[in-house]
Amino acid sequence: MTIDFLTNAFGFNFGVLNIVFIILFVVLAPLVGGILAGIDRKLSARMQGRFGPPILQPFFDVFKLMEKEGITVNKYQDFYMGAFLFFIILTGVFFFAGGDLLLVIFSLTLASMFLIVSAFSANSPYAEIGASRELLQMMAYEPMVLLTAVGFYIVIGTFNVADVLAAGKPAIIYLPGVFIGFVFILTLKFRKSPFDLSMSHHAHQELVKGMATEFSGKTLALMEISHWYENVFLLGFVYLFIACTSWVSIIIALLVCIFVYFFETFIDNSFARMRWEVAINSSWIVALILGFGNIFVLYFLKLFGII
Amino acid sequence: MDTYFLGTLAFLILFPTVIALILLAVKSDAARGGIVKLSAALIALGSIVLTVLYFMNGKEILLAFEAEWISYVMIAIEIFLMVVIVYLGIKYKHYWACVLALIQTPLVSWFEITHSGVIPISYNLYVDGLSVIMALIIGIIGSLIAVYALGYMKDFQKHNEDQKDRRGFFFFIIFIFLAAMFGIVTSNNLCWMYFFWEITSLCSFFLIGYSKTDEAIANSFRALVMNLGGGLGFCFAILFLGNFLNTLELTGLLAGGASGAWGYYLTIPVACLAFAGITKAAQMPFNSWLLGAMVAPTPVSALLHSSTMVKAGVFLILKLSPLMGVWLPGYSQSFGVIYYNWAGLMVMMVGGITFLLASFAAISQSNAKRVLAYSTVANLGLIVTCGGIGTAAAVWAGIMLIIFHAVAKSLLFLSVGTTEHRIGSRDIEDMDGLFSRVPAVAKFMIVGICGMFIAPFGMLLSKWACMISFVDSGNPFLILLLVFGSAATLFFWAKWLGKLCAIVAGKDDHEAIGIPGEEKAVLGTLATLTVVLCLFFPVLSNGIVVPYLGSVFADIETGMLASSNLVIMSILVAVLILIIAFFFGKTKKRIVPIYLSGENAGDDISFRNALKQTQAASLKNWYMEGYFGEVKMNRIGIISTVIILALIAAWCAVMTLGAIITMY
Repeated sequence: MTIDFLTNAFGFNFGVLNIVFIILFVVLAPLVGGILAGIDRKLSARMQGRFGPPILQPFFDVFKLMEKEGITVNKYQDFYMGAFLFFIILTGVFFFAGGDLLLVIFSLTLASMFLIVSAFSANSPYAEIGASRELLQMMAYEPMVLLTAVGFYIVIGTFNVADVLAAGKPAIIYLPGVFIGFVFILTLKFRKSPFDLSMSHHAHQELVKGMATEFSGKTLALMEISHWYENVFLLGFVYLFIACTSWVSIIIALLVCIFVYFFETFIDNSFARMRWEVAINSSWIVALILGFGNIFVLYFLKLFGII
Repeated sequence: MDTYFLGTLAFLILFPTVIALILLAVKSDAARGGIVKLSAALIALGSIVLTVLYFMNGKEILLAFEAEWISYVMIAIEIFLMVVIVYLGIKYKHYWACVLALIQTPLVSWFEITHSGVIPISYNLYVDGLSVIMALIIGIIGSLIAVYALGYMKDFQKHNEDQKDRRGFFFFIIFIFLAAMFGIVTSNNLCWMYFFWEITSLCSFFLIGYSKTDEAIANSFRALVMNLGGGLGFCFAILFLGNFLNTLELTGLLAGGASGAWGYYLTIPVACLAFAGITKAAQMPFNSWLLGAMVAPTPVSALLHSSTMVKAGVFLILKLSPLMGVWLPGYSQSFGVIYYNWAGLMVMMVGGITFLLASFAAISQSNAKRVLAYSTVANLGLIVTCGGIGTAAAVWAGIMLIIFHAVAKSLLFLSVGTTEHRIGSRDIEDMDGLFSRVPAVAKFMIVGICGMFIAPFGMLLSKWACMISFVDSGNPFLILLLVFGSAATLFFWAKWLGKLCAIVAGKDDHEAIGIPGEEKAVLGTLATLTVVLCLFFPVLSNGIVVPYLGSVFADIETGMLASSNLVIMSILVAVLILIIAFFFGKTKKRIVPIYLSGENAGDDISFRNALKQTQAASLKNWYMEGYFGEVKMNRIGIISTVIILALIAAWCAVMTLGAIITMY
């Protein structure tokens, strides 16, 4: 009954499986995201010749933050942060329910906007510069993200995640350029060096803690949890490029997700922070050449009936 | 039924005209206020009555309304206006305006007089879904702006006491403008539409030049010359249609074009009319007139950008859209090139390029009104592109853009106007922490900004639909223009939003000065509309937009945004309203000072510097002049669009010459 209603209301096939996926995402994503963050820190430490914290350290950090005294710099910041978490989870729900890719992208933008406004609302120079830089990064990666959705649309014929997964062949066969472009901008989305302009886990940040400067206690904990959700669902995008109906592809896709995540860790530790000009120039050039170039070729292949 | 429709249309066109004439004579503030408020309410009511009639009728309606004398009255007025233009052109030494007026008015008048009765005109007026939507925008938003202008112009007069009080004339033009707009959206006779079209050009000319400074006069003439240039295109289309295709009706043009009997001849009038639309919609290379219009009082900007003028341009292009699908009907392979619909290609490329470059240019601006102006140009570019693609899905997106842009943009202009009178600046840099300084206005401005660029509000929904139809258009370059333009849009709105949302302690509260009641009421209404309309996406779409598309397009299924997505977006709007209502600003935490490297002087805005002096911390936004400088963007835009327009113009000229030779 409920499922029928949802199917009617949301258009796509809202089966039991979708609901299972949604629940799994909401419950497991923070665990997976937290563990990935822990491994990331461990690996980074090893690359830097340190022993590093335990894998579960991110969870310990969050629990500790939760117990801090509740202080804030104004009445509104907490609301914005709460809304950030809420819409990040909602974005993931749209994605894991097999929904529309553009809907996913737009609700992700809405969520990010709450984080940015939250930082702006503090009116602290550090937070404000961080927030402006985050905006700049958004402008840098947005074209490539949209082109990714367009790429899937051209190959599959719809924007629905469920349809992409139901295809007979992995989309990456047609979208190699888009895939590389997407992995490139993931560095910005994960806020890894050389593009950790807005805030960073590394000590070399000149902006204190950038966007997060004025977040403390529970608010900061919420931001961490949101990022775990966000990272898991971004890896879902990577998964989408490779997974199709065959079991082999699903296993490969999961492996590629893990590989991409640690590849980003590797990049993070191999590069110093670069200037904002590099971030926007390189992302736009990648979007133009790899992203749009790929789509342009696909158009002609379609036109001449080759695919 | 016909009589009711005719009565309502007559009311919508004639009543504002009469009120305008009365306002010209009224001198006292109180009387003017009363008349404007009452007639604004009646005009809004009139547009609602038209909507109700349309739904009672259930479909579009064509109205015969035989009255030859009206055409003669129109010709007489046109000649009078030509004389006015020539007089003013000579007085202020702007001779191009004289030249353009002296070419087109005699040409059209001569043509109308010699051809009256030769070409049968069965229907002079019509009402369909799109004209109802336009009428609602003009009737409701236009009238709201007129009401807002009451308080604003009082302040304006106070700020410019040295000038003669010409407010009577100001409101005269505003109401004439509204009347002419109603005319444009309901005229089936193209000569009538041309008449109203020229009136709006002239109204905007007078409004832009209202303050009579040198800059205002120069800008008003620029607007006039560009729009008369567009009018020349309109005039040429009328002559071509009348001479070669034997119709002067919009319905005739649409039906004849769809039948395929006209072959490549169709491209010529369509390209000329689209050219008129492009100038009026301030597309590159003509965007400078709209930017120049900023010198006028803010309600004028709001009017030009939201419900009148530029919306007439995109209205015409969307109206012609069914004729702009890329291949002309009945084309033959042997003459492939001339059966390619160059009009559609021209329109989509000009619109797309304008969208991208205007969005970029908006980043480099710190003057709020200029940011709004570039954003208008960009959004109109999207609508124009949708028109050029010429599929039902694209036009759906275009109509949605018109609706939501009208509401949100008028809200933004008016809130900038009110803010300017409070804080004495329209620079975004001075709007730091407006949310805590002038909350009454800032919250409206925030609603407007969110309405312009973010999910789940109307503009983003429309852009989403654009995305799908651009991908389906078969022109990959449009996707390129759209994705990069969208990224820029996000950036310039969000950085403004950030400035507003900052909570600045201790800044003075400008609310004490008092905002006129009319201004508050209008801003509140527009903000409510911006949000509430989004709750009714599915109703709006299924109730009026889709039925209209069904009546003009054969295929309305392909590429349409799934209705489930409309439902999701509406639900998201509701969710957003609820969480804001329940949780916004409700924290119980202790409020502490911000971190300024441990040297916070205690007030959160200043710190102790190395010399132990107290110094204020201040930050500026990003403008990225090196990337997106206005001059550079305009130069690229003008060169590329002029090349496109010149190629099409050359093609049309050759084909017209061919037509003339064949005829004689």
